[in-house]
Amino acid sequence: MSSDIDEAEEAVRVRFIVNGSKVTCAVAPRDTLVDCLRNSLELTGTHAGCEMGACGACLVQLDGRAVHACLMFAVQADGARVDTIEGLSESGAIADLQAEFHRRNALQCGFCTPGMLINAHELLARVAEPSREAIRDALSGNFCRCTGYEAIIDAIAAVAEARVDRAAQEREAASR
Amino acid sequence: MKARAFSYFRAGTIEEALDTHARAGDDARFIAGGQSLVPALALRLQAPRLLIDINHIDDLRGVRCEGEWLRIGALTRHCEMLTEPLITEFAPLLRAAAPFVAHPAIRNRGTLGGSVALADPASEFPAMMLALDAEIEIAGASGRRRVRADDFFVDLFETAVGPGELVTAIFVPLFRSNQRVCFDELARRRGDYALVGCGMLATCKDGVIEAIRMAFFSVGNVPTRARTAEAVLSGVRIDAERIATAQAALDGDLAPPESDEVPPAMRLHLARVLLGRMLGRLGEAA
Repeated sequence: MSSDIDEAEEAVRVRFIVNGSKVTCAVAPRDTLVDCLRNSLELTGTHAGCEMGACGACLVQLDGRAVHACLMFAVQADGARVDTIEGLSESGAIADLQAEFHRRNALQCGFCTPGMLINAHELLARVAEPSREAIRDALSGNFCRCTGYEAIIDAIAAVAEARVDRAAQEREAASR
Repeated sequence: MKARAFSYFRAGTIEEALDTHARAGDDARFIAGGQSLVPALALRLQAPRLLIDINHIDDLRGVRCEGEWLRIGALTRHCEMLTEPLITEFAPLLRAAAPFVAHPAIRNRGTLGGSVALADPASEFPAMMLALDAEIEIAGASGRRRVRADDFFVDLFETAVGPGELVTAIFVPLFRSNQRVCFDELARRRGDYALVGCGMLATCKDGVIEAIRMAFFSVGNVPTRARTAEAVLSGVRIDAERIATAQAALDGDLAPPESDEVPPAMRLHLARVLLGRMLGRLGEAA
């Protein structure tokens, strides 16, 4: 162990599944996950904002749950599945959220948007039709300095309603 | 805003984690959820040379009943307090407090053991340990021991956990049908640290409070029981007069420190307001 301590700057090989692809990269233990995603993997959709868990711009999904990529080290994600805004965009999983954010100008400058979308995606996966209060509560850890909150909440509420309607129509169609 | 360089070790067992820490000496830190530790490292308030990751130790996971106790593994995430049926049934105060702990993404990663071990006087779960009369299991070189919450919180960020020791589980007395819980806090923004907060556990019979434990947080260096107010409320039916007496008793129980933003008198006032609201709700439920 003492030899490990003497080699504190030594790079560590990390393997994880990022957006569905196996990825290997070398990181220093002190490199946060957001730094690894942005600098090593060039996935710059995940934003480094406050870098202390207050602003939510760095949210990613780790094994299916939203986490702050600035509050864990890349080496801790070894063996995990990481889904970033790029992966969720390409898979179409959040296409309706993105369209509604766009339609309502809910993204404004856009810096906070990836984190907002990841957060909204998780919220709607767990609560089909959250109240505006519940949406507001869920977003309490995401900062938008352009004060786009009302439009953001409108967009998430609209998507929730549309998804519930669509699910109901699909059930009805299937039962015919 | 970057941590000083350190080495990283992923421990597979409690013994491995303890041994590794013992060999590294004072320069090592355990990391669980890391939701408080990583910012502290980024700000270089702490700069250990070795981080021992305990997230992959199976023995630290799981929630189960053991006799009269609910054993909650130290790695149980805050979000699990909201969804784990055994916690809802046997530790409903933790279920009630969980939505107030930070924000969803923090709750997905932060752990109960980490919160209790850190003992931030402004955070919810350490105070709930006091209200619940919980016991904290600590593993060290000489084996495991259990410490009552009343003896666990020593001073600001200082607990009964010794150097190189690890919180392994929380034991909560099983919730009984004649008990009632209440949790609330006053904060400027949802998810922010509370200006003042409180959790209470009352044992009731025919509308009378037989016994009650009330723990406040954000009012001092450690989570604090309001013992005089508890005594005022024991063996009585809650009514407006009792609530007023209990509110007045807080003056002797709580001694908020000087602070530029929130003067002690204001914090004490907020504690009395909070207590009044909570006892009103508890009285209806008793």
